[in-house]
Amino acid sequence: MNILKKVFLFYYDGFRGMTYGKKLWFIIGLKLFFMFVILKWLFFPNFLKTNFKTDQERSEYVIEQLTNN
Amino acid sequence: MENIDIQLIDWSRAQFALTAMYHWLFVPLTLGITFMIAIMETIYVKTGNPEWKKITKFWMKVFGINFAIGVATGLILEFEFGTNWSNYSWFVGDIFGAPLAIEGIMAFFMESTFIAVMFFGWNKVSKGFHLASSWLVAIGGNLSALWILVANGWMQNPVGMRFNPDTARNEMINFWDVLFNPAAINKFLHTIFSSFILSAAFIIGISAIYLIRNRERIFARKSILLGSIFGVLFTVMTIATGDESAREVANSQPMKLAAMEGLYYGTSEAPLVAFGILKDAGTTETPHLKEFMIELKIPNLLSYMAFLKKDAFVPGVHDLVHGNDEHQIMSYSERIARGNIARQALEDFKIAKKTKNVVLEEELRAKFQDPDFINDYFKHFGYSYFKNPHAIVPNVPLTFYSFHTMVGIGFVLMLIFVWALWLSLKDKLQNKWFLRLAIIGMPMAYIASEAGWMVAEFGRQPWVIQDLMPTHTAISNISSGMVITTFWLFAIAFTGLLIAEIKIMTKQIKIGPKIEEE
Repeated sequence: MNILKKVFLFYYDGFRGMTYGKKLWFIIGLKLFFMFVILKWLFFPNFLKTNFKTDQERSEYVIEQLTNN
Repeated sequence: MENIDIQLIDWSRAQFALTAMYHWLFVPLTLGITFMIAIMETIYVKTGNPEWKKITKFWMKVFGINFAIGVATGLILEFEFGTNWSNYSWFVGDIFGAPLAIEGIMAFFMESTFIAVMFFGWNKVSKGFHLASSWLVAIGGNLSALWILVANGWMQNPVGMRFNPDTARNEMINFWDVLFNPAAINKFLHTIFSSFILSAAFIIGISAIYLIRNRERIFARKSILLGSIFGVLFTVMTIATGDESAREVANSQPMKLAAMEGLYYGTSEAPLVAFGILKDAGTTETPHLKEFMIELKIPNLLSYMAFLKKDAFVPGVHDLVHGNDEHQIMSYSERIARGNIARQALEDFKIAKKTKNVVLEEELRAKFQDPDFINDYFKHFGYSYFKNPHAIVPNVPLTFYSFHTMVGIGFVLMLIFVWALWLSLKDKLQNKWFLRLAIIGMPMAYIASEAGWMVAEFGRQPWVIQDLMPTHTAISNISSGMVITTFWLFAIAFTGLLIAEIKIMTKQIKIGPKIEEE
């Protein structure tokens, strides 16, 4: 049996044999969906990446903030 | 400061505090319990005693629940850096990039590989490989924490970098200075050792529940014995690293130390306040002055802890704000003036670039590389954002009470560990007073752990990067409404996760340890 198949079966059997672990994986999946799909996408865009195209523009903006505040 | 939306700052801070504190509910148990599991499994492999396998597998299950619920909650802090704290994220430059990238790679490698072997590998890999995986999970998790704490240490004591006025970023010039920053090393050791204490308190507390219910006696006794040895050992280590941290804070964040001790007027032969209740005695001239309604002092101990001399002068809030010529302490007014010179140089540089005044641009660029300018002026850059020196003082009561709560609970936990060890050795673990105290010790350990972070983070206000960037300058120009919305979303989501953790863990604890394959 090649190594990839062994690794696959290792994880496959491990997940299949779970009891309370299935509930935990469900929570992990729900949490990651909530974090990356809902929160990150809708509420947490990267402010500088969204509003400026280049690093130079970002630098100029932050210098402006630092010197004008 | 002009045009500052106070509501935006307050809600952004509240949101960061909420997410960080919830995240920290899950982390310390993982840091400590993994080492204890590795030790339990080592005993099992060495002795072949199936009771130790049962013990190992039960605590591994508890760790699995805690890990699954807590994993990735820290990523939300990184979202917040990019959205709410974009000036800060940009200003820190690549200082955070390297440690956080190493952390990400380590965490991913550890989580996907060795945790899987730990949980799925019983009877599938050799005993030795399984044991090695358990140790690697423990070591990997704690090394992961190292890189996060290196980043945090840099914020408390920025070293190993140089500010680039072209990019408005700090650039790392010496990785080793950042890694071996005394603030980072002390913070790392103190944090992981105190997390080991929490884990020991947790294991002893759960075991005490079994003993009170007269269940799983052998399991509980062995767990308490191991937990008490671990607890005693790492209480000593936590005290030692806390003592070292006191000297580090005295040097790099003297205002934090003054707030931790409620010390308004500095003094030689400074006593340590072991216990105290503060009351407000401030006036317009002395807005932060507090007096002790009740106090229990240990003579000379603060001077000794801070400078290893029992007659050393320890500056108070007043000395730091107003300066003290006798002890060569520069006033905040002077630091504001110097910070203004550094900020004016940045402003002049910006204009020189815009107007293409190449000579002036080069001259000012060279200035930001000049060690004398850095030391005399740029070091005080952040002070330029304040007009009133009294605004550069943290919340003294909050810092004082957080610090004393942490230390006080630390000593109660030490009592529990010593008592547990003594009772274990005497085979008298059915003592009801001990068992009750051991159960109470579990939530107390969490309170102490959170209080420790409150000391570190509230005590360094108003700085997000010590002396260089105040918190209010770090903020992004976003709507406060969005921050308030996400604050409540996080509050609901994290509370849900906490309830899920408690419910699942309680169910597994009720089921109890048994030999099973998962």
